[in-house]
Amino acid sequence: MLLFIEQLFNGLQLGVMLFLMSAGLTLVFGIMQVINLAHGSFYMIGAFVAATVTLHSGSFLLGMVAGLSVAGIIGMIVEMTILRQLYNRNHLDQVLATFGLIFFFNELTRIIWGRQPLFMDIPSWLDGTVEIFAGIEYPLYRLAIIFVGFIVALFLYLLFSRTRLGMQIRAGATNRDIVAALGVNIKLLYTLVFGLGVMLAALAGVMAGPILAVEVGMGESILILTFVVIIIGGIGSVKGAFAGALLVGMVDTLGRAYLPTILSLLLSSELGETLSAPIASMSIYMMMALILAFKPNGLFPIQSRLDS
Amino acid sequence: MNLMKKITLSLMLVMFGTLSAFGAESVKIGMITTLSTKAGYLGEDIRDGFKLAIAQGDGKLGSIPVELIVEDDGRKPGKGKQIADRFIKRDKVQILTGIVFSNVAMAVIPKVVRSNVFYVSPNAGPSKLAGKGCHENYFNVAWQNDNLHEAVGEYVTEKKFNNVYLIAPNYPAGKDAITGFKRFYKGNIAGEIYTTLGQSDYASELSALKAKKPDAVYFFLPGGMGINFIKQYAQAGLNKKIPLFGPAFSFDERILKAVGDAAVGVINGSQWSSDLDNPANKEFVAAFKKTYGRTPTLYASQGYDGALLIGSALKAVGGDMKKADAFREALKKADFPSVRGNFAFGANNHPVQDIYVREVIKDENGKFTNRIVKKVFTNHIDAYAKECAK
Amino acid sequence: MKNLLTFNRKTVVNSIGLILFLILPFLTKSFEQEYLISFFSMILIYGLAAASLDLILGFGGMISLGHAVFMGIGGYSVGVLAFHKYESSSIFGFDGTENALITWGVAILIAGVFGLLTGAVSLRTKGMSFIMITLAFAQMGYYFFVSLSKYGGSDGLSLYNRNELLGLDLGDDVTFYYICLAILVLFLLIAHRVVNSHFGKVITASRQNEQRVQVLGVASYRYKLAIYTFAAAVAGLAGALMTNQNEFASPELMHWTKSGELMVMVLLGGMGTLFGPVLGAAILLLMEYFLAMYTEHWMVVLGPFLIIVVLFAKNGLYGLLVGSKDKNV
Repeated sequence: MLLFIEQLFNGLQLGVMLFLMSAGLTLVFGIMQVINLAHGSFYMIGAFVAATVTLHSGSFLLGMVAGLSVAGIIGMIVEMTILRQLYNRNHLDQVLATFGLIFFFNELTRIIWGRQPLFMDIPSWLDGTVEIFAGIEYPLYRLAIIFVGFIVALFLYLLFSRTRLGMQIRAGATNRDIVAALGVNIKLLYTLVFGLGVMLAALAGVMAGPILAVEVGMGESILILTFVVIIIGGIGSVKGAFAGALLVGMVDTLGRAYLPTILSLLLSSELGETLSAPIASMSIYMMMALILAFKPNGLFPIQSRLDS
Repeated sequence: MNLMKKITLSLMLVMFGTLSAFGAESVKIGMITTLSTKAGYLGEDIRDGFKLAIAQGDGKLGSIPVELIVEDDGRKPGKGKQIADRFIKRDKVQILTGIVFSNVAMAVIPKVVRSNVFYVSPNAGPSKLAGKGCHENYFNVAWQNDNLHEAVGEYVTEKKFNNVYLIAPNYPAGKDAITGFKRFYKGNIAGEIYTTLGQSDYASELSALKAKKPDAVYFFLPGGMGINFIKQYAQAGLNKKIPLFGPAFSFDERILKAVGDAAVGVINGSQWSSDLDNPANKEFVAAFKKTYGRTPTLYASQGYDGALLIGSALKAVGGDMKKADAFREALKKADFPSVRGNFAFGANNHPVQDIYVREVIKDENGKFTNRIVKKVFTNHIDAYAKECAK
Repeated sequence: MKNLLTFNRKTVVNSIGLILFLILPFLTKSFEQEYLISFFSMILIYGLAAASLDLILGFGGMISLGHAVFMGIGGYSVGVLAFHKYESSSIFGFDGTENALITWGVAILIAGVFGLLTGAVSLRTKGMSFIMITLAFAQMGYYFFVSLSKYGGSDGLSLYNRNELLGLDLGDDVTFYYICLAILVLFLLIAHRVVNSHFGKVITASRQNEQRVQVLGVASYRYKLAIYTFAAAVAGLAGALMTNQNEFASPELMHWTKSGELMVMVLLGGMGTLFGPVLGAAILLLMEYFLAMYTEHWMVVLGPFLIIVVLFAKNGLYGLLVGSKDKNV
């Protein structure tokens, strides 16, 4: 039972991490209708910059600020120079161009930082474990990730429901032309939204830095999962991204933890052992295929322009 | 309409242009290795180690001028195959080397050695090529894939650990690793988990592991997976409770830089270490540091040994690759000053060598490196050698 | 077919392309560059796979990011049968074989059936969801073969020889090249007919306006599923050829980046043109080949190149060549 609770925390933490990635991606997709495969590149840039700054300054927070700002600036430049041309193009052009961006950023990172993974440590004030329940020792840093994720969720909620900017963004997603006619600078708005999305990805990268390997290509590993999340949640919906992220985090974690046992109960133990690892790897994809088969627009479909 | 034609013609011209650049005198050695992808640093070290040996001989190996052509396989078997094809047919290369990963090796090696090309492996040693699939033109100068795991298995048993938890990715090398470990480990197995290849978060596995209360953990998670695992293992506070063991692949000097304190104290199996006490090794480590400004890894040592091995055989035939039989004989003798000290080839052209366990330490300059703890095997022969019938 | 015979710029470009491919082996021979032949075979095979993707992508407007899985399945069909032949064992009661007529047929069949099954589910979705669900199926295939240790898992499966085809020596690079070329040309002819048939018109129409097609009482779903299955089967054949070319099958064949590359080939060459993707395959592979010779950081050049093509050559490079915006062949 204690183990199960601990696994739930693990699932929650993975889910929160995925939420940070997918919130940005789903925003950009929902509002600009652009598929950005290079979202993972900003995650990587955030982590690399933060790792470098943290190493030289000794301050994790400074590293985080640097990672977010550098990624945000690069993201906005990319939006202004390249993505802006793609808003009225079909998804395929967007896929191709952002695929090109992945190549470019990966190789550029390799040229700048070399081939070796970077080191990034947990700041000393977040190091160690805490006892959350009697008998469950949990790493403090992972709790911090969960905390940051909920803060971001709250921030996004307030941004969209309480601020003028958030209203403009939502309105812009529903009908770009009318909002523009009302005197809102749509171009600037889009650049800002993209910048926000990129910074969320970079934040995920920075938070991941101390637990994961900071290496070229780290963005692609999480990119696919992120897409799975926003599809399950319903594209464009931040709420959906939150639900989808937690669902994927839970299914993936619990699948890895309990599938082997369950399968060996159902099947002969040898067959169960052979099958459990590949099935655990595939579990989230199977879940996505299932959900889409019954709810083609995801769990929280956005009504606006989905069929365009 | 002529555009395509023009493009094709100019491309053809480019191709021929590059060809004429090659000289005729020197012996060409083709290196297919992984320079891109996350694992790019492995190939980089193999290449740099190899190049160092050439540079030390002023462009010669065994006093024979050589020309090294290097290309990146991107860890893709298909691409490795293509490059091999090109090296052999275009550049008339008769000596190939460099492949890092078993999957690329399996695509390239069986075919090329059948067409009278020599292959000297500086890293990958899949069991298939050590046993039934062995070949007289295939030489492995590094290890058979199982070797380092076997050494740790033996050491863990020796140290009376009796309830070990095993983790590896779900792919052939992962299964081989666990098989290798179990071949010498005699105790109880607390759990045996196969994770997804390329997985980055191990929270779930660590929780499950902790619940099983093993007295030691053995893991094989190469590359970034290992970095993630070791960091997360330490962050969960497990490194202070349950000793961690692994093969050298997760503890080379470049990975250690990315893992930091989390790896300190971990015991790992290796056939080489920068503090191995022999003159050849001392010279190599010093020269490598001087040339590249970093501590060599075991991959670099394997690249370096590979170059020296090829040099010794080239010397024996005076650089005349037409004497294929003599060249093979000379390779087989392994008459070169290996940085590992003892080195010979067994019946299947795989190393017969000593294998050690090392401990990760922080040296006086604050750099992370390994120190030899114990020689576990002397003149160790891999388990597949007897299946190799020539 | 009519279009092929009338004299226009497109016909000229296509004929030049065909002639070029026909004489390539002679060219390489006269320049003593025979090693390039197997590289050109690779272009043809990728061209076949990319052109088959174009059927669903360009004509059907279905953006699949999982097409490589069909190649992988085709590739493994050949690999597994050869494995059992070599081991003198059987699989599901069938003996292993190296007879291309059987192995390639099996590749087409299994890839087609997998396409039919996954297509039936995937086609219930649209747009971005379709992209991701095709990707999901491909990922499942990838992880399945990675963990299939009997057939080498991620290490892949080596062939001892290429397949046998009616007494021809496929081990000879030039013979194999011409077989690939013949298959590609045959496919392009068939596909060209299919797109211009009533069947193809329905597909194109439902890309442009699916509701209108359905209002007319045509079950566009079935048509789309049919073309999806056909494209999957052809990709399976391409995979079978690829395994023969490399003498090796591996899960790498169906990695999602491979699907991405196929997509890039289609877009680079020109969507909905059938011939364009072949050109796209050639350009992409040639760029990779030559850039890699000059710099190990070739991707830093390739990336921006892709972006420039998207931004400035809307109909792909084939569109530049034939200078027409006409999307039909």
